Parts: sequence; structure tokens; C-alpha cells
Amino acid sequence: MGRNAVVGALALGLALAVPLIVQSGFWLNLLTLMLFFGYLGGSWNILGGYAGQFSFGHAAFFGTGAYVTAILQLSLGLNPWVTMLFAAAGGASVGLVTGFLSFRYGLRGSYFALITLAFSEVLRVLATTAKITNGGQGLVIPLRTGLGNFQFAGKAGYYYVALAMTLISLAAAWCIEHSRFGARLMAVRENEDAAEALGVNAFGHKLAAITISGMMAGAGGTFYVQMFFYVDPAIAYGPAMSVESLLVSIIGGMGTVAGPLLGSIVLHLVGDLTRKVLANAPGISLVLYGVLLILILRYLPNGLIGGARALAGRVGLGTARSGSTG
Amino acid sequence: MDTLGKERDSQISRRQFVVATAATAVAAFPAVLRAQAAPVKVGIMHPITGFLAYSGNQCRAGALMAVEEINAGGGIKALGGAKIEPLLADNQSKVDVGASEFEKLNEAGISAFVGPYASAIGISTSQAATRYALPHVCDVTVSDRVVAKDKPTTFRFSPGYTSIAETAISRLDEINKSAGGIAKKVMMVHEESESGAGTQKMLAKELPKYGFDIVETVLHPNPTRDFSNIVLRIRARNPDILIIGNYYDEYVLLVRTLRQQQVRLKGIYSVLGGGASSFRFVRESAETAQHIMDTNHWYNPLNPKALDLRKRVEAKGLDFSYEVYLNYNAVMWLADSIERARSAKREAIVEALATSTWSGHILPYGPTKIVDGQNTGAMAATLQVQGNDIQVILPKQFASAKIVFPAPA
Amino acid sequence: MLELTILAPALINGAMTGAVYALIALGLTLVFGVLHIINFAHGSLLMVAMYGVFFLNRHLGLDPYLAIPIMTAAMFALGFGLQKSVISRASHGRDEMILLVTLGISLIIENLALYLWSADTRNVQLPYGFAVVNLGVALVSRTRLIAFVAAVVLSALLWLLIDRTDLGKAIRAVAREKQGARVVGIDVEHIYAMSFGIGVACLGAAACLLLPIYYVNPQVGNVFVLVAFTIVVLGGMGSFVGAFAGGIIIGIAESLGGLFLGESLGQIGIFLIFIAILLFRPTGLFRARA
Repeated sequence: MGRNAVVGALALGLALAVPLIVQSGFWLNLLTLMLFFGYLGGSWNILGGYAGQFSFGHAAFFGTGAYVTAILQLSLGLNPWVTMLFAAAGGASVGLVTGFLSFRYGLRGSYFALITLAFSEVLRVLATTAKITNGGQGLVIPLRTGLGNFQFAGKAGYYYVALAMTLISLAAAWCIEHSRFGARLMAVRENEDAAEALGVNAFGHKLAAITISGMMAGAGGTFYVQMFFYVDPAIAYGPAMSVESLLVSIIGGMGTVAGPLLGSIVLHLVGDLTRKVLANAPGISLVLYGVLLILILRYLPNGLIGGARALAGRVGLGTARSGSTG
Repeated sequence: MDTLGKERDSQISRRQFVVATAATAVAAFPAVLRAQAAPVKVGIMHPITGFLAYSGNQCRAGALMAVEEINAGGGIKALGGAKIEPLLADNQSKVDVGASEFEKLNEAGISAFVGPYASAIGISTSQAATRYALPHVCDVTVSDRVVAKDKPTTFRFSPGYTSIAETAISRLDEINKSAGGIAKKVMMVHEESESGAGTQKMLAKELPKYGFDIVETVLHPNPTRDFSNIVLRIRARNPDILIIGNYYDEYVLLVRTLRQQQVRLKGIYSVLGGGASSFRFVRESAETAQHIMDTNHWYNPLNPKALDLRKRVEAKGLDFSYEVYLNYNAVMWLADSIERARSAKREAIVEALATSTWSGHILPYGPTKIVDGQNTGAMAATLQVQGNDIQVILPKQFASAKIVFPAPA
Repeated sequence: MLELTILAPALINGAMTGAVYALIALGLTLVFGVLHIINFAHGSLLMVAMYGVFFLNRHLGLDPYLAIPIMTAAMFALGFGLQKSVISRASHGRDEMILLVTLGISLIIENLALYLWSADTRNVQLPYGFAVVNLGVALVSRTRLIAFVAAVVLSALLWLLIDRTDLGKAIRAVAREKQGARVVGIDVEHIYAMSFGIGVACLGAAACLLLPIYYVNPQVGNVFVLVAFTIVVLGGMGSFVGAFAGGIIIGIAESLGGLFLGESLGQIGIFLIFIAILLFRPTGLFRARA
């Protein structure tokens, strides 16, 4: 535990110093995106990794947050930081409602995954036809730089916000792992019926997990809008965000604290590398991305964290304590 | 050279002689030993993959042809023959990838940016360009949210959709009048996203001004798998004119379904129609395509340079689509501006673009004048498929054929 | 009201479109029903099959309908190979892994297609491409009528395969109880590969019937995938009758939705049905026979 704390503090110090060392706008941007998707993956991980409920429609929470932010700014002129609270609430509400329906009717496994996808699609179609979201044309938030307005001229501002969000996400995961709530949640994940038999309110725990997941993802939606200024139904509720969230968590290691962040870092590096190496052949860079994805799945089935632990174990570095969650 | 004029007469001839000898000596050296002027880096970004891949690849082809032509012709002469060095990027049809790649290009030290084709991505890149004071030459990006007063370094040579929409309806009125004003009922079928729905809103404002009556408006998703029911509605409403605004695949599917269901209309008119002004459409569905009209980007059919470019593009096996020549044009305009700026510095290029009156282009436009980044001389052309080719029917000064309306039974 | 005057032909159009959806869903219901996996690559495999049909037509002048036996066999081989050598190995049998592996496969296939064949949309030009059949209340294009009939025939053939043959029995056994099947001597891995192969072979046939109606480009698969999943769940995983019926229902629902709510909002009908089925009857309308 002590060693982990030291490593963690060093990493944090380094992370805080990054914008002072790294001058390249491109690299700061990439790091910011790595952190953001690590955060988004982390929010997915609460439901998928710790509660064991695989969602394919994480975009439903993210997109709601994004639209809430944009709409409140454009129609009521609310401060973006304030809208972030509403966005989180919006994401949480969607989580609560969809979770209630899905869990009440006992959906699990593939069925649960599919219904989350269906909910996302319903929201996407609604967003495409509703006036308040400006339909398929999307919403653009006005350019008004300033810390108070959650818009930054340089990249460093976004980086620090993403870093803060990542820390919150890591803390949330860590708290879950070290709390009784989390232990019960993981019991539900391992065997829901057995957990119920032991007196765990599976329904309540899963519902709590999806609400937290939705709340975090909703706040993530705000960040995205503040960074890219634009949201439309495809960006908000399309499959891209859903896939990315689950991808980074699974690659990094589901049900671990650092998994989603690690997965995000690796996938973004791989994505950028393949784009750089094969810039001029259309599509080949993504082919390589797919091949790498399959190779990682083939040879590192427990994600990167799982692979790292296995490696550490073989080299004799790992702690042999059973049930360790360091 | 200027300095020679300052010498006194008796010394001029000797100096001239020395300079001339030196110049000859230098010219005799192999090219590689001569000092090369540093190339001007230009970022060129398009959707090479993702759902806009076809357009993106056409865009890139057009841009690169211009770069090759400029470099083969001696580069930027005002900078000592500096070549244009294109830095290519793929935004994968996605806003966040576009933003990321833009950062990369900015880091790499580009002097200017050309792209990114899609309006949604252009909103993001033009905002970033403003932050970095980087000249951003929009290639297509018809949305009027991309070029704006508060973005002093963003420019567009071709028209935006407000201008295109206004032009389109006044031309429709002209076409209608040329047939004695027989058309009154109009029905609109558009795709639901920014370009389709946005254009539709503009058109809906203009049509009543000319006495047209909109009987129905249909917005459809992208992609749409089947148009049978929409065609049923069209038949039931029986409009005189059908206005279509969507992407190529849906366009072709809709028009083919109309034919299959034997629905006859006085005229099919598009505004930025996905298929109407496409050579591929004419090639593959010649009969279905006959007499379809479109107000869209186009080249000047009366300009021999344009016709020559068309030949060269088609010789490469590519369609001479608007993506190609608008990008060719954007790069040529940029090169002209760099020449006038006599510098590869961003501010100088911005200044040159803003004051440009460039007339060496191949587009059917009025005189070039840049106001808040937009070329006010830009104009859409109105086209019609006649036989195996696409003709310009309006404006009259660029027309290559007469209007055929109503469509013969 | 306009909608009522065109209601009858709209219903017929919906059924026709539904039959096309059913064709695509047939292969998926087998894979989903037996392997219990959400095959992300289903759309891309359809796209590959459609390119196959296109090139056979372009270079050999082969009519798409005549290409059915060739494409079915070719796609079977592809599906069999994919399951045997890629999916089973990479996924270690875990459901969430299989899903990601198929996602990786779809990424590879889609972008390889983009690289090899460019983003251009391709159409086949058939002499009977615009021929219509007059059904009195509606004009139906010949190509769609053929697709409808083919969907019925294919559903029936698949049902016969699963219900009456030994292979079908083995597949049903593995779908129901994997370990039990192993115990009675069934080579489960082989059955998995066969099932996946047959599922993908269906896409080969579907492609031949779809290309005359539609078009092909690297993105075309994504258009149909979600609807296919809805139909599979609606009809009941593993039930071919269900897939056909589900397809028709969804096609009609989409048509009616588009008619009364507008084309954009009308899409919501499909997903609302999906949600309703998942909540209230997740095994589907036609439970697969044990």
C-alpha cells in the first residue's frame, strides 16, 4: 500500500507538471483526450466492470449531458460550469430510468446490452426530430474564452479539467473497491442469485451503479461540448462514444481502478501511431488498429492490467496476498 | 534588379557584367547545388475515411493536382521558387479527430490550412484557426457558421448555403417563367442533418416570395434504406416540382424509385443535390437522370483552362466532381495569395487573402471581393442533365445550353 | 387524410422491405441463438458479400440471382474460417471478448474494403432493374418481389435444416446445453464453426437478393445491422420463422411509423418495439423449438 501511494504521488506530480513541460499543442490535446476517454471509460466501468452489467448504450448518458449543457447555455445563458451540474443530473436521471426498467424486468447479459443500445437509439431519433436540439443540424455554443466560461484559449486549461475529472473517476473506482457497497456490488457481478440469497439487494445496487455511471458520463458530455463547441445527434447518441467507453475499459482491464485510463492511453497512442505511419493509404491505419485490437484480446484476455499483473507475478514482483486490489 | 539603378553609368556595365557572369555560372551548376528556397508548408485535411470518404478522396485529389501544378510551374516565384509542401491529414469524417489532426498540422508549422470539407468539422477547425491566427481556406464547408466576422483568418472562395439557397429559388423562378409560369406546387424531400435540413429551411423562406406553394416537406434520416413510402406521398401530392436535398446514395435511390413507381413530374430540382450534378449519376443512370436540374457548385464551361483541367482529371480515372475543382481552386487561390504576400508568414497570407481580387480561377463567378472572409463574387450555377452530359443553363453569361422545362413526357 | 389514402400500398411496401430485413436477420438469428454472441461484424460481412456479387456481375457478367450458390458457398467458407481461426482463439470463449473481437473484425473488413475498392457507391445495372409488377393496390418492383419470395424460401430451408437434419439436431443441442452436448460426444467447437459458417452463408444469399434493390459501398453494412438485431430478438433467437415474421412486422412498423410520424421520427417505432420485446417478452414471439 505504501509503495503504491508513493508511485501514485509521483504520477500525480508528473501529471500536474505536464503542461509546463510539454509545449506541443498537439501532444497536450492528445493527452487531454486520453484523460477524457479514460474518465468516460471509468464511468462505464462502474456499471460494466464493477457491477458486471455490460452496457452498449453509454452514449445515452453522455449525449444527454452534452445536450443539457448546450441547451441551457443557448436558451437560458447559464454558466457552463453550472450546466455541468445539470448535465450530471440529466445523465443520472437517464441512468435511473433506463436502469429501473431494465433491471426491474430482469434483463441481464446480452439482453441488457441490447436494451441499452435501443435506449440510445431512441434518444438519437428524438434528438434528430426535436426542435429544442435543433434536430439533425446540431447545436453550436458561442465562442467566449475564459476560465469562468469553461472555455480555454490554450490547451492547458482543458488538460487540467480533464485531469481533475480523471482523478475523480479514479477515486470513485477506488472507493468502490474499498467499500462495503463495492464488495456487495461485485458479489452481484460474480453471481447475482447467490448474492441475493445472502441478502444483498441486487436490484438496488445495480440501480445505484447505473445512476453513478450516468451521472459521471453526463458531466463528461459537458466537457466534450466545451472542448469541441458542437453537438449533434450522431455525436451525442451515436455508437462511437458507447464503443469507445467500453473499449478502453475492456482493453485496460474491467473492474480495475486504472484499467480504463490505461486502456485509453494505449488505444490513443496506437491510433495516433497507425495514423502517422500510414497517413496516405485510406483506411489502412484503421485496419491496423483492428488487428492490434484482436491481438491484444488474444494475448491479454484480462486487459492490460491483467497482463501486467501476470507479468509481475511471473517476475516475482507481485504481492502474493489473495484478494489484493492494489 | 533595383540596386543596379543606383550605380553610376560608368560602373553599371561592369557590375552588370559581373552579375550576369555570376548568374550564368550559377545557372550552369546542377540544380541541387543551388540554394533551395524553404518550402511553404500547407496543411490539407479531408475525410479520407469514414462516411464522407468518397468526397474526401476527391477533395484530396483536386488539392494535390493544384500543388503539383504549382510546383512544376516553378513554385512560389515571389519566394524564390519555394515549393508548396503539402502536409496531408485525414479527419475520418469526425469532429474530434479533425480537431486533433488540426493541432498536429499547426504543430508541424504550416503556413496555411486548406479543408476540411465537412461543415461540422469546419466549425471546429476554423475556431482553432482563429486562436492560432492561422489562415484557414475553406474548400467546401457550405455552412454559414464556418465563415464569420469573428473569425478573421477564415476564408471561403465558393458560396455558402444562404447565398446558394437565395440564388437557387430566384433561378427556379426564372426557369418557371421561361415556360410561362406553369409550375406552382412544390414538394421538398431533404435529409435531416445540417446540409439537408439547413438548406431546406433557407429554401422554404425563399419559395413563397416567388409565389411558389410548398405542398409538403419530408425530412428523412441518413441513411434511408427505402424510399417507397416517400414516393407514395409524392405521387399523392402531385407537385409540379420536386426539390431534393440529400447525399448521393439517397439521391439515386429516390430518383430510381420515382422512375420505378412511374411518377412523372414537370421538373426535379435540387439545391446542392447529392446526385444531380454528378457525372457518375449520369453515367450509371442516364435515363433516370434526364432533365434533372440542380443549383450547385460548378466550373466555368466557357473557360478553356477549366476544360483542360477536366480532361486531366478524367484521364486519371476520376470524376470531375465539385470536390475536385473547389479544392484545386482553393489551393490555387492560396498560392496566388502567398505570391502577393511575398511571404510564408501567417499574418501576411491572411492580409493577402482578405484583399484578394484574384481572377485566375476557373469558376463561373463575378469579380472576387472578400468581405468578412467570404468571396462575395461567388455564385452557384444552375445545371441540367441533357443527354450524356451536364450543362450549365443559368446564369446566361455562363450557359452552355438552353433550359429544358417542363421535362418532356 | 393523405396518410389513409396511401395506407394500403404503404403496408405492402413495409412487408416487402421487411422481407429484405428478414433475409439479413436469418443468418444472425442462428449465430445469436447458438453462439449467444452479438456479432458486430454481421454488417461488414454483408458488405463483403455484396461486393462479391458486384464483382461477379461486373467482371463475369453473372446475374446476381444466379450467383446465389457461389456466394453462399464462399461466405460459408469465410464464416467457418473466421470462427475457427480468429474468433474462438481470440475470445477465449468469453462473451464480452467475442463481441470485441467481432468489432475488431468489422473494423478490419470495412477499412480494407475502403482501401481496396474505394468509397464509391456501386450499383448493378440490370435489364429488368425497373420492371414492376402491378398488384392492383400497389406497384411493386420485380426485384423486391423476388426478394420477398426468396426470404420465404430461405426461411423454410433453414427451418428444415435445423429441424430435420442431424446437423440441425447437433446445433440445437449445443445451443441449449453446451456441456451436455459435449458429454454426448458432439464436437462443440466444430458445431460453433458450422453455425457461424451457415449464418454467414445466409448473408451471401441475402447479398445477391439485396444488391439489385440497393447499392454497395464500404459503409452499407451498418445501415441494416441494428434493424437485424431488433428482428432477431423480436422473432426469438434461433427461430427462422420468427426472423421472417419479425422482419415483416418491423418492416410494416417502420412503414407505418414513417407514414404517420414522418420519416425521421418514424424510426423510433423500431426501437420502441425492441425495448418492449426485451422488457416484456425477451425470448421473442416465436421461441426456438427445444
